[in-house]
Formats: sequence, C-alpha cells, structure tokens
Amino acid sequence: MSFAHRHLLGIEPLSPRDITAILDLADTYVALNRQADKHADVLAGLTQINMFFENSTRTQASFELAGKRLGADVMNMAMQASSIKKGETLIDTAMTLNAMHPDLLVVRHPHSGAVDLLAQKVNCAVLNAGDGRHEHPTQALLDALTIRRAKGRLHRLNIAICGDIAHSRVARSNILLLGKMENRIRLIGPPTLMPSGIAEFGVEVFDDMREGLRDVDVVMMLRLQKERMDGGFIPSEREYYHRYGLDAEKLALAKPDAIVMHPGPMNRGVEIDGTLADDINRSVIQDQVEMGVAVRMAAMELLARTLSAGAAT
Amino acid sequence: MSDLLFTNARLIDPEAGTDEPGALLVRAGRIVDQGQEVGLPGEDVTVIDCGGKCLAPGIVDLGVKVCEPGERHKESYRSAGRAAAAGGVTTIVTRPDTAPAIDSPETLEFVTRRAQADAPVRVVPMAALTKGRAGREMTEIGFLMDAGAVAFSDCDHVVANTKVLSRALSYAGALGALVIGHPQEPGLSAGAAATSGKFASLRGLPAVSPMAERMGLDRDIALLEMTGARYHADQITTARALPALARAKANGLDITAGVGIHHLTLNEFDVADYRTFFKLKPPLRSEDDRTAVIEAVRSGLIDVICSMHTPQDEESKRLPFEEAASGAVGLETLLPAALRLYHAEALDLPTLFRAMSLNPAKRLGLDTGRLGAGAPADLVLFDPDAPFVLDRFTLRSKSKNTPFDGGRMQGRVLATYVGGAPVYRRD
Repeated sequence: MSFAHRHLLGIEPLSPRDITAILDLADTYVALNRQADKHADVLAGLTQINMFFENSTRTQASFELAGKRLGADVMNMAMQASSIKKGETLIDTAMTLNAMHPDLLVVRHPHSGAVDLLAQKVNCAVLNAGDGRHEHPTQALLDALTIRRAKGRLHRLNIAICGDIAHSRVARSNILLLGKMENRIRLIGPPTLMPSGIAEFGVEVFDDMREGLRDVDVVMMLRLQKERMDGGFIPSEREYYHRYGLDAEKLALAKPDAIVMHPGPMNRGVEIDGTLADDINRSVIQDQVEMGVAVRMAAMELLARTLSAGAAT
Repeated sequence: MSDLLFTNARLIDPEAGTDEPGALLVRAGRIVDQGQEVGLPGEDVTVIDCGGKCLAPGIVDLGVKVCEPGERHKESYRSAGRAAAAGGVTTIVTRPDTAPAIDSPETLEFVTRRAQADAPVRVVPMAALTKGRAGREMTEIGFLMDAGAVAFSDCDHVVANTKVLSRALSYAGALGALVIGHPQEPGLSAGAAATSGKFASLRGLPAVSPMAERMGLDRDIALLEMTGARYHADQITTARALPALARAKANGLDITAGVGIHHLTLNEFDVADYRTFFKLKPPLRSEDDRTAVIEAVRSGLIDVICSMHTPQDEESKRLPFEEAASGAVGLETLLPAALRLYHAEALDLPTLFRAMSLNPAKRLGLDTGRLGAGAPADLVLFDPDAPFVLDRFTLRSKSKNTPFDGGRMQGRVLATYVGGAPVYRRD
C-alpha cells in the first residue's frame, strides 16, 4: 500500500484510495485501542511536536495520545503563550522548530492557509489540525470512519451537514471527503451561515431544516460559535435553536436508523438537544472521539512511512 | 541638443489609432513631425534606426506608490524612477498613501524635491483628499494644487462619511481639482482577502461580494450628480459596475475610470495555494469579470490602465494570506503584462497606449502621452515579441513583490526617452 503524500494538509489532494487506506489502517488501531496493551511502536524514535496557535483540548489530546500509543516522543507547544506574543513570525517559529529535527508536526492555526505556509518551510511531515476556515482533515477522516463503521459503507448515503457552514473548516473537509466517496450531501442552515458560491459545490442546500432532513442516513451537526451572535449572522440563540437545533421531532423526519454526529464541543440547547446527544441509539458522538485517536494514529503512521521511504531513496 | 531622428519604426499613435511604419523627428526635446515622411532634420542630427520595432508615447502611470516619506526601504524615488524608466514609464503619478500621508503642502514639497533630485522620469504627485486619509477633514486642496498636486485621493481608504465626501467634492469641484475615488462599500468589504465565490469558500478566506464595488461606485456617482465634481474611479474590476459607469458617462458627468494591469491579466484562481503576491486590493476577480473589464477597455468605457505599483517587503508578504499585506509592484512589468493582452488578440497596441499613455495624460491635463507635433518627446521603444521569463530579483524596484515571478512574458523595452533624453537603454 502506498500513500504518496508528504503532509496531510487537507482532504483536497487525497484520492478515494488514499482515504480508504487511512480508514483501513485506522480500523486496526480501533481494535488495538480497545486492548489492555495499547502500544504499537511504529513511531519509536520519532519526534512529534504539537503546535496549537488556537485553543484546543480534545484535538490536541487526541493527537498526543495517538503519538504516544505509537511510541513517538511527543511535545506540546502552546503557541499563544510563547514567541508569537514576542512578535516572532510564523515562518521564524517554523524555522526554529525545524532546527530541532522533528519528524511530525501537528499544527492548528486561526488563519486559513497558515499550515500550508508552514509546511513549505520545514523538512518534516506536517499534519493540519485545523487552519482558519479552510480544512480540518483528521476530523473529516474520523467522521468518515465513524460513518463507515455505523453504516457498513461510505458511499451512496444521504448526509446532512447542519449549521454554521460558512465558518466551519470541519464542514469544508467533510464536503470534500464525502463528495469524493460519492455520497449525496445536503447543507442545512440559514443563508447567512452558508459560504458564497455554494451552488457550485455539488451539494443540495436547504434553509428549511425539516425539509433538508427528510430521509437522510446521517445528520452531522456543527458547533455554533458564540461570537457569530455578535456578527449579526443570526437573530438569537433561541430562534436558532427553534429553526436549526436538532431535536427528536426534527430527527423523526430522517431515516429511522439515521445517526447523529457532532464534532464537539457541543452547545446543548443551541444546536442540539441534550437528551438526543446522549441517546446511545442515535448519537455516535462518543464513537467519533474514539475514532479520532485511531484515525490520527493511522495518518501519522502513513506519513512516517513516506518519511522513511524518502530517507531510504 | 541635436535633433533626434527615429527611422524604420513601427509608430503606435493612440491619438490617430494607428499602428504603421514611419519615422519620428525630435527637436529640442519635443516631437516636431512623425509619419511615413518627416520634415528635414537639422544639420546636427542623431539617427536612431528602430529596426522595425515599436515606438510609442511613454506610459503615464496613474497611481504609483513610492514609499517616501516613511518606508524608503520598500521603494525610493531613485529605485522607482529607475524601474519606471526600464518599464517604459515616462511619467509616474504618485499616490499619497505614504506614512505619513502626503496631505500638506510641506510634505508635497518634500516629495517633489526628492523626486526631482533622484528620479530620471517625470514625477507628478497626487495629494490626499482628507487629512491623514482619515476621512474627516478635507486637506488644503487649493494650496496643494499650487504646490503641484494633480489629483486628490485617499487611495484605498474609502471616505465612508458621505457628508465629508460631498463637501470635499463640492470644494474640489469649485477649484477644478480632480478627485480619485476607490469604489468600494467599506462595510461590506471590511476584512476581505478574496472575492466571494467557490474559490474563496474552498480556501476558507474572508471574502467580499463583487457587488461592493458597484455600491461604492453608485454612491460616488450620486455625489457627482449633486456636486458636479471631476472624478476618476481608480479601479473598476467587476462586470457589475460597468453599466453604472456607462450610464454616468452617458448622463454627461465628468467621470473616468481606470483598472490595474493585474486585474486585466490575472484572476482569482491565480491565488492558488495562498500565494500572497497575488493578494491585491480589490482582490482578484472571476474570469468573467476579467474578460468584461478587458472589453470595457477596448470600447473606451474604462479609460486608463495603470500598474497600481504597490511595493511591499518580504516580511509583509511572508505571512498567512489573511495577515499579509496587499499590493504588487508593476512599473517594470506593466508593459510586458499589457502585451499579453495584445498577443491574446484582446486589445491592439493603439488601444493599449490610449489607456496607458494618452488618456491618463489628458485626464491630468499633461501635454504628454501622444506622438503629435509639439508634444514632449517622451517615448518608449520596445520589441513586442521578445520572449523572456521574469525573475523578480532582476527588478529595479527595492521591493520584489510581483505576481509575474517565473512568468513567461513577451515584450521588452529597448529604450526610454524623457523629453528627448535617453533614460534607459537595454544593453
């Protein structure tokens, strides 16, 4: 199996075969992670640095755990607290880290394209852990793995993505991935939270949630950022919940076995009903977290293989 | 000074709209005759055989940023002047968006002095329309005109307060001053780094609707109806703004419009993977907009093509796209880039030089930009076919932020003359 990518910067450059390769390997790690001994030392001797220029708890923890289970030496750098405050540019920070010879760099940054820029300046493999509104590839991959395990396939499904599409990197990566795997994608949300040029994305757009949820197999909810309220994108939380919050009544319009997903952290009572989020018959939100570690282990292993193949030639 | 006789030239005459072989005679720094046969030169004559290459009126580049005062490390009058000469630009019309802004007669006199001392080409300055380009109080438009300001502009700072702009336009109108606006609805375009659409959405960039340009233009046109001022829109880059411009012209308002060369030769997709040298203000547009704007230049609806020369150092560009500075240098690449439109058979050479030389000179009341008898001998001799690959580090500008780095270009300047004196010769 070959994985011909130096970095994982987004879903855009991946082929369906690449995606399947990551998910297949991730399946084996799901099994490993459920054992008592969770160690596979495929990254032994390698150094992984997590650089988060934006706050994150779960993604950073997931990457850290993934690296440690594979035997890498993992270091976390909280970038807001360090040199950025002193006026160092992103590229200088990258060059400095590069001189420490890391093998895997996991980066999250508030600006779209910042991770691409950084990847141009370093010699190691870079994993995008979310850049601005651009991409969040490991989130889309873990969502795909969750869907594939719940539904038994990752094609010809009707999938609804609901909420703040415009500001969501999770939505972009998911639209790209699910489109590549030949699913029908519906986007549901108020027009103020839809990105421009949406008609050209090859998706169906609904501003009526009830209509959009009809007969879907998967309902993906997105987090509504609190700061969107100040920007005048929606009138109020309660009106948003009324029209676009997922509750049992709206979910009843989807297929009876439809699953409910959320990338977290959730705003209960804003975009999703709390009881529904906890319903183990419908919600796969906890599975998503579990799949996250496995998918990140798989992605890092594949990139490390590319690294060692490059070193061998 | 001896007479200059250019023989065996391909004369590009934007006034006559012709592109024909001929000769051109210069005496005492002025053109005295041109055409298939020219009058007899004096006894003391220097003959220049053009070898069938193009001889055109030197470019009048309306809206060049030279970073004096304030950021001389990005561009000085000396470096900008040398870049202009090498690019066939014989007059640079400087923007006041320096730090501090050129908003007082004293600052204007300073830059005029600097330009005279250091620049080999003609430099005519613009001044800010409001103090500090802050959009609150108008500048001393009368004194600034006396000091040599040819136009007034706050550049990319839109005067958001319509009352302030209406007063400035009324006042400027009474003095016959030309006001140059940047048509953008400032609220809608705030924070934008790209033009809205699929590309911006996929890249996750904050974007502005192309409609913001039309809204800005509509407001300014309404103010012209109120005030009767003389107005030029610095850059019209979208198809949606063109009908409004056409109506304003048809209604007899004193309005002209320009466009930067980058918006005529590049589109939004050129940004590709966040290439910050392609970050411009306004942002690059769709291909449909690009072709509509080229057609507007062809028809004469858009009057002026300029370089929008905006030097930025490496540090301001080596940043994530949203944080990176906007703008590109263009003095040296304006002509080769414009020749892309000629080679693509979109615009002929007289049309290009009408927009790059004749029209900006006429709009500013300058006697240059043409080949007619009596005009100053500001000339560019160029080979429209010579191919080359652009290496940005060969540019004479101090800043090297060109989007054409590594680009295949066709067309080279061979020599540039200002008032009959050579200011550039390609070895």
